[in-house]
Amino acid sequence: MSALFELRDVRAAHGRITVLHGVGLRVAAGEVVALLGPNGAGKTTTLRVAAGVHPAESGRLLLGGRDVTGARPRDLARAGVCLIPEGRGVFPNLSVRDNLLMMTFTGRTRAEIEEVAFSRFPVLAKRASQTAGTLSGGEQQMLALARGLATDPAVLLLDELSMGLAPLVVGRLYEQVAEIARQGVAVLVVEQFASAVFGIADHAAVLVRGRIERRGRPDDGLRAELSALYLGSPT
Amino acid sequence: MEQFLAFGIVGLSTAAIYAVISSGLVLTYVTTGVFNFAHGAAGMLAAFCYWQLTVGWGWPVPLALAVVLLVLAPGFGLLVERVLLRPVQHLGEAERMVMMVALLSGLIAGARWIWDPNVARPLPTFFADRTPFRAGPVTITWHQAITMVVAVAVAAGLWALLNRTRTGAEMRATVDDRALAGLTGADPLRANRVAWVLGTQLAAVGGILIAPSVALDAQQLSLLIVSAYTAAIFGRLRSLPLTFLGAVVVGCMESYLTGYLPQNAYLPGLRLAAPALLLFAALLLFPHRRLRGRDRRLAPVPLPSMRGALVFAASVVVAGVAMATVLQGKDLITLGPLLPLGMVALSYVPLAGYAGQISLCQLSMAGIGAVVWAHLGADGQPWALLVAVLVAALAGAVIALPALRLSGVYLALGTAAFTVVLDRWIFTLPSFDVLGVRISLFEQGSLEVSGPSLFGLRLDGERGLMVFSAVCLALVSLGVAALRRGRFGRRLIALRDSEAAYATLGGNLLVARVAVFALAAGIAGLGGALYGMQLRTITADQFGLVAGLPIFLIAVIGGLGRVGNGLFAGTAYIGPNILLGLASWTQNLVAILPALAGMGLGQSPDGIVVRLRREWEPVARDRLVLPALLAAVALAWALRIADAVNGWVLLVGLAAVASALRAWAAARRNAPAEPEVPVEWWGVRRPWRAEDGEVLARGIARG
Repeated sequence: MSALFELRDVRAAHGRITVLHGVGLRVAAGEVVALLGPNGAGKTTTLRVAAGVHPAESGRLLLGGRDVTGARPRDLARAGVCLIPEGRGVFPNLSVRDNLLMMTFTGRTRAEIEEVAFSRFPVLAKRASQTAGTLSGGEQQMLALARGLATDPAVLLLDELSMGLAPLVVGRLYEQVAEIARQGVAVLVVEQFASAVFGIADHAAVLVRGRIERRGRPDDGLRAELSALYLGSPT
Repeated sequence: MEQFLAFGIVGLSTAAIYAVISSGLVLTYVTTGVFNFAHGAAGMLAAFCYWQLTVGWGWPVPLALAVVLLVLAPGFGLLVERVLLRPVQHLGEAERMVMMVALLSGLIAGARWIWDPNVARPLPTFFADRTPFRAGPVTITWHQAITMVVAVAVAAGLWALLNRTRTGAEMRATVDDRALAGLTGADPLRANRVAWVLGTQLAAVGGILIAPSVALDAQQLSLLIVSAYTAAIFGRLRSLPLTFLGAVVVGCMESYLTGYLPQNAYLPGLRLAAPALLLFAALLLFPHRRLRGRDRRLAPVPLPSMRGALVFAASVVVAGVAMATVLQGKDLITLGPLLPLGMVALSYVPLAGYAGQISLCQLSMAGIGAVVWAHLGADGQPWALLVAVLVAALAGAVIALPALRLSGVYLALGTAAFTVVLDRWIFTLPSFDVLGVRISLFEQGSLEVSGPSLFGLRLDGERGLMVFSAVCLALVSLGVAALRRGRFGRRLIALRDSEAAYATLGGNLLVARVAVFALAAGIAGLGGALYGMQLRTITADQFGLVAGLPIFLIAVIGGLGRVGNGLFAGTAYIGPNILLGLASWTQNLVAILPALAGMGLGQSPDGIVVRLRREWEPVARDRLVLPALLAAVALAWALRIADAVNGWVLLVGLAAVASALRAWAAARRNAPAEPEVPVEWWGVRRPWRAEDGEVLARGIARG
C-alpha cells in the first residue's frame, strides 16, 4: 500500500539534546499505525514534528508524495494534517460551540461542522454552550476527536488519547478512531496504554531512545517485547 | 433632584469613557493574555497627538480623528506587539507585565519630552458651539451624548466580534493554547495584531473623549486608567457587560463624590483616591480565576556564598567611601540618592526575587520610612531610624493581609491601588489623631529631614551620609544574602515555586507572606529614610506611583534574585544623572532611560547582574589581573584626591582600563580552548560538571 503520510529519517532535538535519531514511519490511507514505546522514547516529539509544531533538524516529511518538510503547523492543518495533542486538545476557556467554530478553516460552515460533531457525539450537543474546560475528561476527548471528523482530515495524529480516562471510555473512543480510519483517513496513534490500541492498529512501531527498534503486526510477540521494554528485560 | 440627575448624567458620560477604555483593556487581556498597564498611557498619547493635529496645527477635526484613530493608533498597537511583546512572548507573565510597565513609564517620559508639561493645552469638546439639549429635567451636552453613543456602539461591536466571528474565537483561542490554535489553521500572530490594533484604538477613543474634561497632562491622563482598571476588575477581566457595569459604578461614584462629599481638609483627596480604593475592594471581593495563559517559567535564585557576600559588602562600603571622597559640589548632591534608592530596589530581592510577590508600592513604603524619620529623627536620634523601619514594616504587613488573596497581575494592581491611595489621599492629609496619638505626614507640603547622630558624630553633610548609606546598604545586602542561605529563604522560594505545595507541606502562607512583605517594606523604609536625609527636604510627589516605576523596572532588569541588585539598581537609576549638567535635553533622556532599559528585558531575561557577573568573573578570579585592577582604582583615586585629574577623566579613564583588563582576563582564561563535546558524551568523553545538570534541565524545559 502506498504511504499517504511519511516521515523519512527524521532527526529532532530539544536544545542540545537529540531525541529523534532518524525516525522513519509510513501510514497509508485508511490505515492505523500505532507508535509505542517507553516514557521519554520520543513518541510525542515524533507527532509534534509530524504536525510541524516542532522543527526537524534533518529528514523529510511527505504528504501524498509531496514534500512538506518545514511547513508551518497551520499550513499543514490546512493541508489535512490534524494533530490531537496529549492532555485534551481543546480550548478550555472557549465554549464547545466556539471550539467547533475554530474548525471552519477547512471551508466547512459552522452548521455543517456542528452537525457532524453532534451526530457522532450527541452529548456534545447538550453541552454546546458549556465551557470546554468544564467538560469531563472523556467529553473533552470527544470534542477533540470531533475535529478529526469535522475537518475531514487526510491524516489524523493522536497523542495519548487514553490519558486519564476510564478503560470503558477509552474503548469507545478507539472505536470512533477505527471508524474514522475506515473512511480513508491515515491514522498515527501514540499510546502508552498499548492494549487499547492493539485492537484497531494495522501496524505498530516501537520507539526506544529516539530510534524505531521494531516494526510489525500488533501481535503477542510485540506485546511481550513491549512489556520487557517497559519493565526491563528479564535476565 | 435636578442636581442629582445632573450629576448622574455627568457620571454616566464619564462612565461611558471608562467603559470604552476598560473594554479595550479587557479585549487585550482576553485575546493576548497581557494585562496592559500602559493602556491609559496609549490613550494619553493619542489625546496629545489629537491636540497637536487640531489645536497645534489647525487640522480639521474629522481629518485629525481619522489620522489618530485609523493610522497612528493601529500603527502604535502593531509596533508594541512587534517590538515589545513578541520578544517576550515565550517568557513569563512577570516579564510581559514589566514590558507594559516600561511602556507606561516610557510613554509618560516621552510625552513630557515632546510636549512641555509646563504649557497648558486646552482641548475643546466635540460640538462645543452647539446648544446642549434637554432630556426631561436634565441638560446634556453634545459631547456627553456622543460619548455615550460611542460606548454603546463599542459594547455591541466588541460583543459581536468576540462571540459571533471566527476572528474573535481565534483571538481567544490563541490565549488558551497558542500551539493548538496554530493546529486549527489559525494565525496566532494575526490574532495578536488584531487585538493590539483594536485595543489601542479603544484607548485612543477614550483618551480623546476624556481629554477635554481634564488637564492635558501626561501623568494625570495615564493614571486615569486606574478607574478603567477598576471597571475591568468588576468584569473579572473577561466579561464585557460586567465591565460596563463597573464603569457606571466608578463614573457615577466619582461624579456624586464631587457633588456631595462634605468640604473639609481631610476629604478632597478621598474623591481622587476613590477609584483606587474601589479597585482594591473589587480585587479582594470579586472572585477571579487564576490568570489565563499563566506559565511557570521561574528564574533560578542563586545561592550566594557568604564569602562572596562579604566581599560584595566590603566593595559597597569602598565604593561609598570612594564616591564620598572623589565627588564634589553638585555631583555629590546629584549622586547622593544612589545608595538609598539602591536600598529601595534591594527590597525587591526578598519580596519579588525570593517569594515571587510583585509589588508596585515599595517607594511608598520608602515614603513612610522617610516621613517617620523626618518627624522623629529631627535631632538625629538613632532609635528613630529603627522606628522608621518598624513603621514601614508594619505598613508592609498591613498590605500583605489582603494581598494573600492576590497574585501576579492582581497583586501588582492591588499594590498599585494602595500606592495611589497613599499618593492622592493619605500623604496629602493634614495632621490627625488616632487613639490619642498625633499622626503627621507631609503636612500638606514639604518636610525638612536631617541626618543621624552616631557616637556623638552628627552626619549632616553629603559625604558622611553617603558613607553611612553605603554601610547600611552593605549590611542589608549581607542580611539578604544570609536570608537566602537560611531556612526562611528556602521557605520563600518554596512559596514562589508552588503555593499549594508549600501549604501542603505544612507551610503557613499567611505568616510567610506577611513576614516577607514586612521585611521588604522595612528595607524600603530604611532606604526612604536615607533618601530623605540626602534630599534634606521631601514632598509626597517623590514617593508616588510614577516615581516608583523606574526603580521597579531597573530592579527587574538587574535580576530580582540577585543580592547585588541594590547597588546595580541605584547606580543604573541615579548614575546617568551626572549627564544632567551637560545640556538641558539630557534631563528627558535620563527620564526615559529606565523605560528603554525595561523594554530591552527580552535581551537579558535573567537579569543584567547575572551577565555582569559572568563577564567580570574572570577578572575577579585572575591572580594577576585583579591586583592590576585594584591598583588602577587606587591610583585613579589618589590622582583625583590630589586634584591631578577631573571627574570625567577619572570616570572615562577607569572605564577604559577596566575594559582592557577584562579583555585581558578573558583572553588568559580562554587560552587553552576546550574542544566541544556533544551533549550525549558529557560525563563520558569529559568529566561531568556541576553546571551540566542545569544546562540539560534548561534545554529540556525550552523544548
